[in-house]
Amino acid sequence: MGKIRIGTVWLGGCSGCHMSFLDLDERLLELAQYAEFMSSPITDWKLHTPIKEYQDYPEVDITLVEGAVVNTDNVEVLKIVRERSKLVIAFGDCAVSGNVPAYRNLFGVDDVLNAVYLEKASYNQQVPSDKTVIPKLLNKVVPISHVVKVDYFITGCPPSADTIWYTIKCLLEGRQPKFTEEHYRYG
Amino acid sequence: MSVLTLTINGIECTGREGQTILDVIRENNIPIPALCNLKGLTPVGACRLCLVEVRGISKLVPACTTKIQEGMFIETDTEKLRTYRRILVELLFAEGNHVCASCVVNGNCDLQQLGFMVEMDHVRFDYLWQSFQIDASHPRFVADQSKCVKCTRCIRVCDEVEGAHVWDLKGRGIATRIVSGLNQPWGQVKECTQCGKCVQVCPVGALFDKTATPSEMVKDRSFLQRILEGREAKLWAR
Repeated sequence: MGKIRIGTVWLGGCSGCHMSFLDLDERLLELAQYAEFMSSPITDWKLHTPIKEYQDYPEVDITLVEGAVVNTDNVEVLKIVRERSKLVIAFGDCAVSGNVPAYRNLFGVDDVLNAVYLEKASYNQQVPSDKTVIPKLLNKVVPISHVVKVDYFITGCPPSADTIWYTIKCLLEGRQPKFTEEHYRYG
Repeated sequence: MSVLTLTINGIECTGREGQTILDVIRENNIPIPALCNLKGLTPVGACRLCLVEVRGISKLVPACTTKIQEGMFIETDTEKLRTYRRILVELLFAEGNHVCASCVVNGNCDLQQLGFMVEMDHVRFDYLWQSFQIDASHPRFVADQSKCVKCTRCIRVCDEVEGAHVWDLKGRGIATRIVSGLNQPWGQVKECTQCGKCVQVCPVGALFDKTATPSEMVKDRSFLQRILEGREAKLWAR
């Protein structure tokens, strides 16, 4: 049997979930025996506009998606990834619930941009407007399950390395992960 | 006081007349979720998480406000109950802005524990992201409406145990809010004795110590039993 093909994606999040993934430590070596990393922000050279890179997103067995859906690029990326992945896993609280990025929903997008780039900026005050580089912010930040179908949810901010390992190990062994109280963590 | 016999999840139990179903469930160490109920405060049946099925009654009944009767057959853990409980917890998360990562009681929160108990891995409903107020006018405590689950524990402990009755509810439906001193800033309410009972019984991060930072605040529920038992035993009588 060939190796399982895994991809990871980073949307609106802090990359803490990917850092927690790296906390698998020596278990990464075991994982490497059974899985092949097809695409990941920790392994790839990033282009300025993520959407161009994801046009070539490979067909994979599992994709772990970190981060909430915050802009139009995120929506496109997510749809491409869903189409080319057998299983999509919401990876961490931002992907699961919106978490901290969704605090923006308490204010209008314009208010947030003005506050960050005009009112609070100490120099060069202007709202970035180059649409070829900067994707448009969505009116509401949403969890990824509100845009595409999600097969499994790993909670936590970030999820613990043990829970990540448990989930991946189950899937590698062809079992359904059965989460119990020890695996759940919000925040 | 007469002893009544009843069956819970197929096991024969006994209870005293006047006890609630929840009392008997707890005495028999049967796990059941509850949010608004706290031993020592009048039960109000606000959160509906302790709903149970009783044979012969077509509706689900709240265990905390339903008195036991002779020969009752009660189920506490059916598929139907699990479905409704998970929906209830998800709706609580969807209604408030429960961003656990930035909450003072993260890791020490009753609502989180309930989420784990009902196996809530995500919320299937749209988050409302309502705008709530934070009242930091009190010298020692803060009231963050966005985390409030309207369990009314604060209202009851202030009224029934402290005797100050600072807290009340205003509004209806999702516009319901807890208010101090008939809707004054908490810091201006002269009746507040600053005892902090409301803060300690609050199951979530809605009422907290001003100095607490995320994940820092552990609430002490046992104080209530100490006070009530001490009063009963007249420990502090002159």
